[in-house]
Amino acid sequence: MRTFIVILLLAVTCLGIYSVLVHIPFGTGPSETGTHYLANTRSDTGASNAVTAVVVGYRGFDTLGEVTVLFLTAMGVGAVLATLQNREKRSIEKASLILTAACRFLFPLTLLFGAYIFLHGHLTPGGGFQGGAVIASGFLLVYLGCHGRRISRPASKVFESAGGLLFVGIGLAGLYVGSRFFLSNFLPAGEFNTLLSAGIIPVIYIGVGIKVGAELTGIIDRMMEDT
Amino acid sequence: MTFLQNYIYYIASFGLVLTGLYIIMVKKNLIKVILGISILETGVNVFLISLGYQENGTAPIFSRIGLSANRMTDPVPQALVLTAIVIGLAVLALALTLAIRAYRYFGTLNLMKIKDQKW
Repeated sequence: MRTFIVILLLAVTCLGIYSVLVHIPFGTGPSETGTHYLANTRSDTGASNAVTAVVVGYRGFDTLGEVTVLFLTAMGVGAVLATLQNREKRSIEKASLILTAACRFLFPLTLLFGAYIFLHGHLTPGGGFQGGAVIASGFLLVYLGCHGRRISRPASKVFESAGGLLFVGIGLAGLYVGSRFFLSNFLPAGEFNTLLSAGIIPVIYIGVGIKVGAELTGIIDRMMEDT
Repeated sequence: MTFLQNYIYYIASFGLVLTGLYIIMVKKNLIKVILGISILETGVNVFLISLGYQENGTAPIFSRIGLSANRMTDPVPQALVLTAIVIGLAVLALALTLAIRAYRYFGTLNLMKIKDQKW
């Protein structure tokens, strides 16, 4: 039975590979949808990064779902690990001098870099999710290097909720102002290719960045709980 | 040789997918199976990104005046892969958490030794 399933899976995979190699030649360029987005990004959203325009502008509702999935994960990790019985005592080796020194020096710089990435999401490669991941990596460095120091859970919850509420609030505000649909871009588009442009996109990415950073830090905190 | 040059991204992505599938189907350690899922996911992401590639294209960012829209790569697969990476991270975190829980409960990560599992 197991062999049969394995062979069936391999056959399906090979069929998929074959049809791709035959029907989609490499390097042919954007699809019809992509061409439309590229041609209209500037007039529709005002963001110079077309990927950000697609993620937050054209498919903003999809991104809200994505943020929700991440929230559910953070909640699931917390729920599964919080009820864990019989914790084992582990021996902990102290972090080396290099790690301890680097943690104090690099932690603020990592936070700054993460904030830079999510603030410039509409201008350069990056955005809320990437910036949040960089911020969480800064906190991971603290957990590894500065021994025994950890985040305050209520504060992380506050940041997480504030980020999520900012996203939903901006989306709901679009129902009453401007073109009256969820996540409509009601703020002025500003001057193209400057920091204050693209209307609601930077605001939403600030919310997403704070939320993702707080959530991933919460997951790290839960997983490092035993140590 | 030109086939290899033209399709190197497809070949790499399918290699990653097949490696991941192999690990999922053959390995018995739960952590290794989770890593296999992660590798398979990376392969799919590389494949989706390479679908939107254009010969001599630039990134889909209007950062300079002279860039024209018809020499840019497709932004849609990149946006979708951004979503897929985040969801993949969520799946990985939750799966590792469940693995920790399963190890505490069964005392082993070997899938063949976990008694209640039917296969």
